[in-house]
Amino acid sequence: MKQTEKKLQYQTTLIVNGKTEKLTLPAWVSLLDALRHHLDLTGTKKGCDHGQCGACTVICDGKRILSCLTLAVAKDGSEIKTIEGVGSKENPHPLQRAFIEHDAFQCGYCTPGQICSALGMLEEGEAQTLEEIKDSLSGNLCRCGANANIIDAVTEVKANHYE
Amino acid sequence: MKNKNGEIGKAKSRLTALEKVTGSAKYAAEYNVPDLLYGYIVNSSVTKGKITALDETAVRGIPGVVDVLSHNNRPSLPWFDVMYSDMDAPPGSPFKPFYDNEIKYDRQPIALVVADSFETARYAAAQLKVTYETEDFDVDLRKNLDDARDPSKGLATLIKPLPPSPKGDFAKAYGEAAATYDGDFRHGTEHHNPMEMHATTTVYEGEGKLTIYDKTQGTNNSQIYVSNVFGLSYSDVRVLAPYVGGSFGSGLRPQYQLFVCVMAALHLKRNVRVSLDRKQMYTFGHRPQTVMKARFGADAAGKVTAMHHKAVAETSRFEDYNEVVVNWGNILYPAQNTLLEYQLVPLDTYTPIDMRAPGGSTGMHAVETAMDALAYDLKIDPLEFRLRNYAERDVSEDKPFSSKELRECYRQGAEKFGWAERKPEPRSMKRGNRLVGYGMSSGIWDVIALPARAEAIFTKAGKFIVKSAVNDSGQGSYTVMTQIAAEQFGISTEEMTFEYGDSEHPLSPIQGGSYTTGVVGSAVKAACKVLKEELFKKAKRLKNSPFADSEEDAIYFRDGKIYAADDDTVFVNLTDIFQNEKEDKISVTKSNVPNPLKLKQYTRAAHSAAFVEVEVDEQLGTVNVTRAVTAVAAGNIINPKTARSQILGGMVWGISKALREETLTDFKTGRYVNPNLAEYHLPVHADIHDLDVIFVEEKDEIINELGAKGVGEIGLVSMAPAIANAIFHATGRRMTEFPIHFEDLVL
Repeated sequence: MKQTEKKLQYQTTLIVNGKTEKLTLPAWVSLLDALRHHLDLTGTKKGCDHGQCGACTVICDGKRILSCLTLAVAKDGSEIKTIEGVGSKENPHPLQRAFIEHDAFQCGYCTPGQICSALGMLEEGEAQTLEEIKDSLSGNLCRCGANANIIDAVTEVKANHYE
Repeated sequence: MKNKNGEIGKAKSRLTALEKVTGSAKYAAEYNVPDLLYGYIVNSSVTKGKITALDETAVRGIPGVVDVLSHNNRPSLPWFDVMYSDMDAPPGSPFKPFYDNEIKYDRQPIALVVADSFETARYAAAQLKVTYETEDFDVDLRKNLDDARDPSKGLATLIKPLPPSPKGDFAKAYGEAAATYDGDFRHGTEHHNPMEMHATTTVYEGEGKLTIYDKTQGTNNSQIYVSNVFGLSYSDVRVLAPYVGGSFGSGLRPQYQLFVCVMAALHLKRNVRVSLDRKQMYTFGHRPQTVMKARFGADAAGKVTAMHHKAVAETSRFEDYNEVVVNWGNILYPAQNTLLEYQLVPLDTYTPIDMRAPGGSTGMHAVETAMDALAYDLKIDPLEFRLRNYAERDVSEDKPFSSKELRECYRQGAEKFGWAERKPEPRSMKRGNRLVGYGMSSGIWDVIALPARAEAIFTKAGKFIVKSAVNDSGQGSYTVMTQIAAEQFGISTEEMTFEYGDSEHPLSPIQGGSYTTGVVGSAVKAACKVLKEELFKKAKRLKNSPFADSEEDAIYFRDGKIYAADDDTVFVNLTDIFQNEKEDKISVTKSNVPNPLKLKQYTRAAHSAAFVEVEVDEQLGTVNVTRAVTAVAAGNIINPKTARSQILGGMVWGISKALREETLTDFKTGRYVNPNLAEYHLPVHADIHDLDVIFVEEKDEIINELGAKGVGEIGLVSMAPAIANAIFHATGRRMTEFPIHFEDLVL
């Protein structure tokens, strides 16, 4: 039986936060679980595992994606940016600073997804008005109800760094 | 003792902020300990009956599967109910997972598959073949209202009192009233849905010793439960929960993932993690569906004279969960003739559990709708009508308020909102093709007092450390406790270390009911006070101490020193105390026990007033809360920044309660049909607009050592009724069912 199991493992290379990670994974491992269980990058959160809450948002080859709906093996060779790669405690990204300043979270569980989604949105550069920004970030749920503070943080970063 | 540094009242960023924004904060399922096994739970596919067979053959043949646990092969468990009890257990018989083959509710946990990977465990769990013998069940509250009965009394009813006895003559007063309102209300089942799903990682330390990372609102609660159920010594069970990804009540009781995870770890003598999936988050407690009747009567002068408020809520067949639904109206409005009733209907569901503003957010919908309706009937401005019925004293209990600045909430809230711009007639305000409505509501939440303990330490290296087992699931407790402790020693919050979320620290009650700041904060303050006394005593004994003959009121603490109150050049360095000490730290532990005789003389409550503007599109049936102001009187606000976020969160919950969230039940199958975040609707960023918070000044010297009332629930209770009242103003239609559906609004 072990033999069969071995055959179903795939060599997968992911470039995560600039670091090349060579993984041997069964095909059914989501990118989210690969990050959390295999690379100990637990900053990316699991809120539903069904693409309904946005907590698992990461940036893959420059685009924000839901890592729970993505199989890790399907991203062989891709560049993945997770919250750990957005900024560090010593040198936080302006979005991370703004989230602290505006108290844009309470429990902090949706926060990495909110920040990655906001970063993706700002890099995409499509959402311009307040309503467009809110719409563009509405895939990221926040049960603590920090919505207003999140939007304030993002619009401030957009005004100061992306205009 | 005098303090020169005021950390209490400062708007501080939460101390966990950097960890949370960089992803380094670790939650219960994120401890990747070595040789970890993954458990996945199998839930019943029938609502009531018995398991007749459980065929594990296929599951055990799957490579990577380590074990399957169920009632068939579980380790021996205690029989007595009391061993399964916990700090939040309602009267009744607690649910015992895997105890026998009986199925009491839909999706009850029945087996755990343990494997060497998460994916294998999940796949294998789906292969378990279970056969059942089904029995008839009932989960429909409205069909079974005839079975309503009074709740059982127990410990829970001490904290959440049953309604007061009838007063005066309701029927007569209602019959003679110049204006009356008679309404039937209902809200559906709701689930907490914290963003982090419940999970436990159990580290098997050998010899029955466990370290458990649990998603809980009470590390002590989980510790005591695990120790009792599995016959372990308290000192061998350590529960840690430094980060909790929201809870809102879902973590008040030890949930079944903890039970099965610990069972597997002990049985296999291995490290095990069990995470629930989102669907399973709908299988262990909820806000109970509730139906209410409100009949209020007022005289021609606009005074409420008669008040009947009845609520009937569901509970499970095995426990009587109760909440305070109908007591609030008469605390707020001094009617002399009242009939307040609260009953339960046991159904084949799991026991409900407190969910943010339990009872209050349910009851206030009826109270504030009735008040609003009477105001319109009497052609009195709804705000003016509430002022005419302002309670200077709580007539329901015939007690004074310990403090009450609701009048100031009304005044400041109305001014900021621009209530004066409101046109009195319904349907009189428009913006484009949308109707605009202004609505308001009062809010109230009680101030609960409980005992708690804390430890305060000063080290030879000059470090202050304060410890409590208390949790922080996002409310900001860690930050405010640190501020409270820092203030006592005249140091900055950054110089104080507060250790929390660990069952090895001094006992804290489960975190909830808006009482954590007051209850644990008072224990922190008390422990710091004793440490200060201890340090001062030792400072007096130092050789050539300038304080040898000083009294406590002649000195104060600041920056690691004791200063003479009248002369800043006279001081003792606290670390000098260690010249005479054998130990390298001085540590004291203190309990803070509230005085029930003193507290009992007062009604203790936080108040709020919410003002809401809605836009209603009658062609589409959509409602948009375009702006809202909530003014709050909650005593001393320890941290205005995190407290504001608590109120904003409560307001979003109000929007959600009124307009979005509901767990729908299929009465034929006994099953919740939308157990996921796509179909269980929550407000998204696009739904949230201009929200504003005001804290009015309020002093309270009765409630606790800090004069702090807590802000977890008060932002929610007034928001949902204010939305319903704003919709009435916009459309002329009363919204008596939550959540409001678009078909309730289309022309």
